[in-house]
Amino acid sequence: MPENMSALQLVLTGDPALFAIVRLSLVVSLSAVLLAALIGLPFGAWLALSRFRGREGVIVVLNALMGLPPVVVGLCVFLMLSRSGPLGSWGILFTPQAMIIAQTILIAPIIAALTRQTIEDLWLEYRDELEAMNVGTFGRVATLLWDGRFSLLTALLAGFGRAAAEVGAVIIVGGNIDGFTRTMTTAIALETSKGDLPLAIGLGMILIVIVIAINAAAWSTRRFGERMAG
Amino acid sequence: MSMRAPVANLPIHFDDVSFAVHGVTILDRINFAFVPGAPSVVIGPNGAGKTTLLRLAMGLIQPTSGRATWGGRTDAPLSRRAIVFQRPVMLRRSVAANLRYALEAAGVSRADHDARLGELLALVGLAELGDRPARKLSGGEQQRLALARALAKDPQVLFLDEPTASLDPAATKAVEDLVRDVAARGIKVVMSTHDLGEARRLAGDVVLMHRGRIVEASDAAAFFNNPITDGARRFVAGELLI
Amino acid sequence: MLTRRPVMMFAALTVVATSAAFAQDKSIAVASTTSTQDSGLFGQILPAFKKKSGIDVRVISQGTGQALDTGRRGDADVVFVHAKPQEQKFVADGFGVRRYPVMYNDFILVGPKSNTGGFNGTNDIVAALKTIKDKGVTFISRGDKSGTHAAELALWKGAGIDIAKDRGPWYKEIGQGMGAALNTASASGGYVLTDRGTWLSFKNRGDLVIAVEGDNRLFNQYGVMLVNPEKHKHVKKELGQAFIDWLISPEGQRAIADYRIGGQQLFFPNANSPGAQRRAAPAAHAAIP
Ligand SMILES: Nc1ncnc2c1ncn2[C@@H]1O[C@H](COP(=O)(O)OP(=O)(O)OP(=O)(O)O)[C@@H](O)[C@H]1O
Ligand SMILES: [Mg+2]
Repeated sequence: MPENMSALQLVLTGDPALFAIVRLSLVVSLSAVLLAALIGLPFGAWLALSRFRGREGVIVVLNALMGLPPVVVGLCVFLMLSRSGPLGSWGILFTPQAMIIAQTILIAPIIAALTRQTIEDLWLEYRDELEAMNVGTFGRVATLLWDGRFSLLTALLAGFGRAAAEVGAVIIVGGNIDGFTRTMTTAIALETSKGDLPLAIGLGMILIVIVIAINAAAWSTRRFGERMAG
Repeated sequence: MSMRAPVANLPIHFDDVSFAVHGVTILDRINFAFVPGAPSVVIGPNGAGKTTLLRLAMGLIQPTSGRATWGGRTDAPLSRRAIVFQRPVMLRRSVAANLRYALEAAGVSRADHDARLGELLALVGLAELGDRPARKLSGGEQQRLALARALAKDPQVLFLDEPTASLDPAATKAVEDLVRDVAARGIKVVMSTHDLGEARRLAGDVVLMHRGRIVEASDAAAFFNNPITDGARRFVAGELLI
Repeated sequence: MLTRRPVMMFAALTVVATSAAFAQDKSIAVASTTSTQDSGLFGQILPAFKKKSGIDVRVISQGTGQALDTGRRGDADVVFVHAKPQEQKFVADGFGVRRYPVMYNDFILVGPKSNTGGFNGTNDIVAALKTIKDKGVTFISRGDKSGTHAAELALWKGAGIDIAKDRGPWYKEIGQGMGAALNTASASGGYVLTDRGTWLSFKNRGDLVIAVEGDNRLFNQYGVMLVNPEKHKHVKKELGQAFIDWLISPEGQRAIADYRIGGQQLFFPNANSPGAQRRAAPAAHAAIP
């Protein structure tokens, strides 16, 4: 980013570097939410409906994993993806793909745990009807996910919030490479270390505004959808 | 209506059936059968065990002891039995989507969905409301949608758990007309109520329950005109069974 | 359910699309130090190199120790750092092909304007460090195994102080980068050793001023090495070597010399005369206020 510009100036002048950073942040975090949803929604729903020995233990662990420290996730993914690690041949350390993988691992437990709770509550309500209609296991999971979609949106937003806010994982596996793996949060960390606190704060504000905008969009989708579906 | 091979669901036979939860007996040694014919009406005060009996007869719960059989089998699938719960739960979708869901679950082929949908909506008088969110319907409308959903299964036996309990007289009449209509199509209706008048209007035979037991079960005319047990006599006379 | 299918497709598309968008063939990864990155040097010279060669240089800026480690693991093609003994070991151990000296800058000791150490404005780093220890003046250490940290430890040793033994509560090891160390010093009124480049581009100085500069012992030589392709087959040796060759070429050296902040030159190219920094450093900085 150009020197000696405030965050506001960067926004007003449409600074391309700033927009590249914002774009990358969104692409990485939204991709991670999507992938984590593909894992977390079915898993959470399955856990809500299944009964097996040790299930309570799995739930406790899953809930605990919601608080996974980003640096630990980052470090594990780093060690896996490093050329000297087991997945080194993929050659994706210090790329956005690596960042997506790390954030996916970070937020999949959040989405799965919140899904489990939501689906279990909904299952209590729907159980009789679905059993009476002779709906099979797969159909039950699909129905509960679909009918719980507005509540599950909150789970996805929680995951997104966590992904968009974290710096520990992406800075380790992405390397904060200028123009390639620099996100809002790693840029904020960098500007802080350069002592440009006003720019760091300004970038932080931009991040907050973006997160609020996405939440507002999701919220109005939800309100609109609920009015349609009841 | 359906080409599927008929599954014999009747008679539904209870052979010394008891049902207990956490050691509390809710149904106590029931020996009884629902047989083909006019609607069977289960009556009794709150907590008598009506709902529990219907759920057992539907096959949603298993007896703690004793044996329940459908057409002589203990494992008859519930694919041709349907139930409208005391408080039906609407899926978070439109009226039409609720019904399509039931048709899909009942295995009706997609090609037939539109025709069956129109037919069922018309039958329960909700043809105008197909696009409305099901959860925004009034209680009576929800009751009728639940009925249509149950009928989507093309059932041989239809259980109705207090289908008119919270309805006004007009809605009650609509549901009662539907019950007569359904019964006239050869579907065995088993319904519960604590409304004596409703039992008189609809019943072919009556089961009176009290505290988890069957007090008296007989032909409707005999039950109302000639109750045998003391409990039934008092109930028919309008006394409060507590 | 029908409704889930588009979601899956969208997810698959996103992954494919992002992979495609980020797949760039002509690029190398360079593990370097925070001082080169934070000072803005790369922002100046990399566009010139890219224009000439078409090669995209992706800089991962870390402490020198960490950068060398990144090279050792094979996660970078080129390592560009400033800690000569460690670099020589890196090459001797077979992780690097050859070490090329590139440029130098110098370290300075910065501290509070109020001159709590009493040595502000002098140029004897050894005397200053002795005073800090004797008076117990707050001193911030990177403590992160970076090149600057290594240089600091060598200076303590040179002053006859065994910092592991002689340290007291005045000696604060923060285990973070140069910027964080400067932020901490600025906030706590302590002294800290920093490279001049980071100092010049650092914006949160508060009461900090340069306390000691110009000592011969404060020079800071940078070297660059290609990660050994025999250890890590995937290393892009042609592209990496092209970058190194450019850095030490007259053109690259001129680009380094041309980088200035507020009119001051930060890095002094010396690829052809790596011993020159000893004489040049004090003279070059004489003009800096
Ligand atoms: N799963 C259960 N756990 C504990 N108690 C239960 C359970 N199911 C039913 N009961 C108890 O069994 C008794 C009979 O319940 P049931 O719902 O069958 O009564 P009902 O005749 O349908 O009453 P109402 O007219 O109020 O609907 C009640 O006292 C109820 O509290
Ligand atoms: Mg009941």
